Amino acid sequence: MASPLEQFEIKPIVPIEIGGLDMSFTNSALWMTIAVVVITAFLVGGVSRRAVVPGRWQSAAEMSYEFIAGMIRDNVGPEGRQYFPFVFSLFMFILLGNLLGLIPYSFTFTSHIIVTFALALIVFVLVTAVGLIRHGMHFFTYFVPSGVPGWMAPIIAPIEVISYLSRLISLPVRLFANMMAGHTMLKVFAGFTVALGVLGGWAPLLINVALTGFEVLVAVLQAYVFTILTCLYLHDAIHLH
Amino acid sequence: MGEDKVPLSSRKFDERLRAAQDRQREVERGPSRRAGISGSALGFAFRIGVELVSALVVGVGIGWLLDYWLGTQPWLLLLFFVFGAAAGIMNVYRAVEQMGNAGNGDAEGGK
Repeated sequence: MASPLEQFEIKPIVPIEIGGLDMSFTNSALWMTIAVVVITAFLVGGVSRRAVVPGRWQSAAEMSYEFIAGMIRDNVGPEGRQYFPFVFSLFMFILLGNLLGLIPYSFTFTSHIIVTFALALIVFVLVTAVGLIRHGMHFFTYFVPSGVPGWMAPIIAPIEVISYLSRLISLPVRLFANMMAGHTMLKVFAGFTVALGVLGGWAPLLINVALTGFEVLVAVLQAYVFTILTCLYLHDAIHLH
Repeated sequence: MGEDKVPLSSRKFDERLRAAQDRQREVERGPSRRAGISGSALGFAFRIGVELVSALVVGVGIGWLLDYWLGTQPWLLLLFFVFGAAAGIMNVYRAVEQMGNAGNGDAEGGK
């Protein structure tokens, strides 16, 4: 029986090596490319007609736009509008990564912590840069909230800095752990189905059907959580608490 | 007749455009309605756990690295373990605070 962890294996498709670095085009890269192509086709195709009364496709494209626009308006405020392209791309990329991964024989690139960590690092660097550019040195008062007595600052500051840095771990781990645990569970129950045969295999098969539905929910929810946390971090950087 | 109609409809359009822009600005200024994070209870529990552990990991990591560079084993590790634990609890407190705001439905979009 195949191992339930086999699905996470990275396989090079086009081996490329530059300066001793393995930069092969892998199945992970392939599915990232597919995600970007699907997003582009979905949005460009959706708005190509530009009907006043939108059809189903245009409606779906507009809904995804309005969903993120509303999220930014509610969680970051009007100043957040200039970050819309970034937040929207982030959301669509993670969402498509999660959803495409549910197709049998596909590869879930969001189930690799290095991918989610890279995404979180982009968010972290952007948020810190926004805070520094908007507030300059004043940004560092973020780590010592107003109203803290002077003698407590040496205790509060390290705690706040650690809390700030911990975003870099909590953000990717949440997405990666959810995706990996879900996909492993699917494969384990699928393995039970085969092992129990025609007579007993129906029970795990039914569970797997329910789990697949649950995984769709998790895929959308985790993309949402990642995006809304990005919005909250942007809000913090712009308004400093 | 046709000449007459064009300015009329364009004036109407200007009016409607201004009204729409006003409405849009109002929405932008208005209080946020749905803020914070919703989701299943299990997902929320998981989120809390990750917040707690990640701060602890960062705290211990910083302490260990500083010890490694300064050669002060194990004192900074112990100190930053406490800092990390405190930061983790603060993370959890903030996450729950957001959850409470979202539940009441009267979140002011943070402070």
